[in-house]
Amino acid sequence: MKKFLLRLNYTKWFNVLRDGIARNNPIVVTVLGICSSLAVANMVENALAMGLGVTFVTMLSSAFISLIRNFIPPQVRMVTYMVIISSFTIIFEMFLKAYAPEIAERLGAYVGLIITNCIVMGRAEAFAVKNPVHYSTIDAFASGLGYTFVLLMMSVIREAFSQGTILNIQVMPSDFVNWIIFAIAPGGFFVIALFIWGIRVWLKYYEE
Amino acid sequence: MNALIEIFLASILPFNIALASILGMCPLIAISTNVSNAKGMGLAVILVTTLTAMINWPIYQFLVETGTETLDLLVFIITIAATVQFLEIVIQRFIPALYNTFGIYLPLITVNCIVLAVSLFFVNYEYGFWETTVFAFGSSIGWAIAITLLAAVREKMSVVSDLPRGLKGKAIAFVILGILALAFIGFAGLASLQPVMQ
Repeated sequence: MKKFLLRLNYTKWFNVLRDGIARNNPIVVTVLGICSSLAVANMVENALAMGLGVTFVTMLSSAFISLIRNFIPPQVRMVTYMVIISSFTIIFEMFLKAYAPEIAERLGAYVGLIITNCIVMGRAEAFAVKNPVHYSTIDAFASGLGYTFVLLMMSVIREAFSQGTILNIQVMPSDFVNWIIFAIAPGGFFVIALFIWGIRVWLKYYEE
Repeated sequence: MNALIEIFLASILPFNIALASILGMCPLIAISTNVSNAKGMGLAVILVTTLTAMINWPIYQFLVETGTETLDLLVFIITIAATVQFLEIVIQRFIPALYNTFGIYLPLITVNCIVLAVSLFFVNYEYGFWETTVFAFGSSIGWAIAITLLAAVREKMSVVSDLPRGLKGKAIAFVILGILALAFIGFAGLASLQPVMQ
């Protein structure tokens, strides 16, 4: 077992996976893709849907871009990425509207903004154009997972304080006075600041 | 006319696109380390956002007429990418002084959330052409104000403050943004994005 774990440390796919979740976590370490996520991470349900969407779009577009990476002329690569990413985003938007209309209503325009989420574009530009399909998919999956993880943690804190519930189950005592500030923009900013601070101290990753 | 003024005020102050809708965060954090860069980025965003919204509105009407509005995302993003590319060429060729001020920020704007967000919001709010233009102009001015304020605070702070190591850089930028957002809540109720039409 120990030997197996040691060997795992030296395989490429494991390293790619671990980097995406921890060492290169898109939100906390590289601070990408917060654009469309802070606004929706005030309820656990929304955060789950958004995380799922970003993981789905990132994985499929990374796989697809890496599949055709040798045929894209470098001058028009940005536009090509855009078209691929927006096609997958439209698929996800239609899926959400059909199967979870309530969440789609609450997320509104933010679903469409997955296109301009820097994570998707960043993974395509930094990894998928240079690497074969299976590694690109794992890399995108890890980034999506790291994103979803941070989003979930934030939304748990914010929903617990702003509504006293987690996934609509009461967790705070019944006489708890809701802190509305956690549901709107300032609460989101403060929670993510604390998060970045904590994880950077934990990983000993500092900027000077 | 009153409705237009109200939308303009609402999109700058109480519904500021950066501090209330939390959009355009990636460039806001990345480029706000000094004021002159922040100003250049703000100007570029104002130009591109207003122009693309004005182009996207008639295109969306055409999509609705032909019944293909599910493809709006795809069409919007292509329009934005094409406009940015076109602007870059034109400005570089004819107004080199302007190009030196904010030319390097233009390609970054394609992936700026707020350009696409403004186009998606006018669909949601069911705006007419002039309302869309005013809303896009106001929103981008609001974003430029936010990035300039943030850059000013960060520039001062990098000289005089002694922060814990983990809080330096990005984390403290979010704390500043949080405080700015709290201040902008004070404008709530000043104006509405959907004024009652007479």
